[in-house]
Amino acid sequence: MRVKVDGASFVYPSGVRALDEIHLEVRSGETVAIVGENGAGKTTLVKLFNGLLRPTTGRVLVGNWDVQQYSTAQLAARVGFLFQNPDEQLFERSAEREVAFGPRNLGFSDSKITSRTRIALQLVGLLDKAQVNPYDMQPFERKLLALASTLAMETPVLVLDEPSIGQDAAGRQRIRRILAGLHKRKQTLLLISHDLDFCAQVAKRGVVMAGGRILADGPISDVFAQAKLLGQAAVSPPQLIRLAQGLKMPGAPLTPSQFVKIYSAWRSRRKRAS
Amino acid sequence: MISLRNFSYRYPSQERFALQELNLEIKAGQFCGVVGANGAGKSTLCYALSGFAPHFFRGEVQGQGLIGKLDIAKSSLGELAGEVGLVFQNAFNQISGARFTVRGEIAFGLENLGIARRQIQARVDDVLDALNLTDLASRSPYELSGGQQQRVAIASILAMRPKVLVLDEPVSQLDPHGTEEIFKIIEMISQSGETTVVLVEHKLEWLAAYADRVLVLDQGRVVMDGPARSVLASADMMKLGIGRTQYSQVAEIARKQGLVSDAGLLPVTLKQARALFR
Repeated sequence: MRVKVDGASFVYPSGVRALDEIHLEVRSGETVAIVGENGAGKTTLVKLFNGLLRPTTGRVLVGNWDVQQYSTAQLAARVGFLFQNPDEQLFERSAEREVAFGPRNLGFSDSKITSRTRIALQLVGLLDKAQVNPYDMQPFERKLLALASTLAMETPVLVLDEPSIGQDAAGRQRIRRILAGLHKRKQTLLLISHDLDFCAQVAKRGVVMAGGRILADGPISDVFAQAKLLGQAAVSPPQLIRLAQGLKMPGAPLTPSQFVKIYSAWRSRRKRAS
Repeated sequence: MISLRNFSYRYPSQERFALQELNLEIKAGQFCGVVGANGAGKSTLCYALSGFAPHFFRGEVQGQGLIGKLDIAKSSLGELAGEVGLVFQNAFNQISGARFTVRGEIAFGLENLGIARRQIQARVDDVLDALNLTDLASRSPYELSGGQQQRVAIASILAMRPKVLVLDEPVSQLDPHGTEEIFKIIEMISQSGETTVVLVEHKLEWLAAYADRVLVLDQGRVVMDGPARSVLASADMMKLGIGRTQYSQVAEIARKQGLVSDAGLLPVTLKQARALFR
């Protein structure tokens, strides 16, 4: 499902202008990473999609719905939301009930609720903790549980705010695999993260925000290679791009194997030239 | 400054010891990073060093743990609080709820230590300035973003000037610039030679650049301990589910293909990687 932001601005009651005439179109099935420093407006922007905040001016469309005309409850059927802090979205007394809460509210049959809950818990690796109280879980497990409860709703659009926080290497890989699966199923993914290495691994398109505006929007390897622009947004490029730039090597490698391929060709060119 | 001898700790009603026979000496002024897979015991180590385990969580301690001259199991939380400051993983949990402003929140710990009022104000001003919080000083700590709350939590501990500073993933919600600022401040504090820093972090490139020493925990035990580069570059980091920096990963592939020299340890920082690939 497509998401479209048409000149939307948002001003908090305190007078802070958090978004300044944003234009953004995310096509159905796309995975987009939104990066920028704390306070750039990233979370404010995505909160417009599920009605937690309403644009002060401009228009926001989720599919063909203008968000102004729909309640947060209605929008929840289209836009799943993983909060940065999982404690903001966990309140049931067992992991299983927590995950079942969303599908139940969307009015699914009992058998569908059960199967979706089990699949979601299995995806995040918490099936053996189905009966555990979320508050007895470790912080990284609570984040995975919150992700499971978002996945179980199988919404066409998913907003994930810092999904990789607090995860070890295995946890990050698990989340990468889950996101790849969602992408395959044509779900539209909007990812907010300070972890540009993680973004580079999961998204093809990158959006850079600063001061409530979009500074850049395009293929992630192009966007993340623009050191000057990222500097304006107070973001530093992923490790391998920084290394390539430090060596004055061409290209914008996002993975170790891409880096080595470019490096190998560049090295033999340099050798021939000297 | 920190001395653990056969130190084990078990949470109440748990069979397995979350920390198992730790033997550790951390000298004053050292910046020690802690890594490990989720569930390895990193947060529990933070709780033990600050006395929350066993004094808040209860449970059982075996062996001995000393912070300076204080025995962790035998001292009260109040006594330990004079020596050790803990920055929690979730900043929200750290906010006292007893004060209405950021300034009041940062002063709260100092008031509890019985510091003179004039000195409190000066120290609070210092950390507000150091952590770029001056503009937020009169805001409610609950009306801040996750990143801002994290800075307040760090500020409130730094203001107490603990001899041992323990931080459990203190920058998880900060952007890279904010993260760098915090690491620079912590480095400065540890380089003064008077404060011992123990810092848990998943983002290995930051530890690589700032920590003197890195400990690896696995299932409650210390399985590696040494200079940051030799630990973080080790092939065992993959087996232990911790991973390696992209600098190490790319250097390993390039070495296998004979593109770069294979002498010495793999690089773990940008600077080291540049030196290898130049």
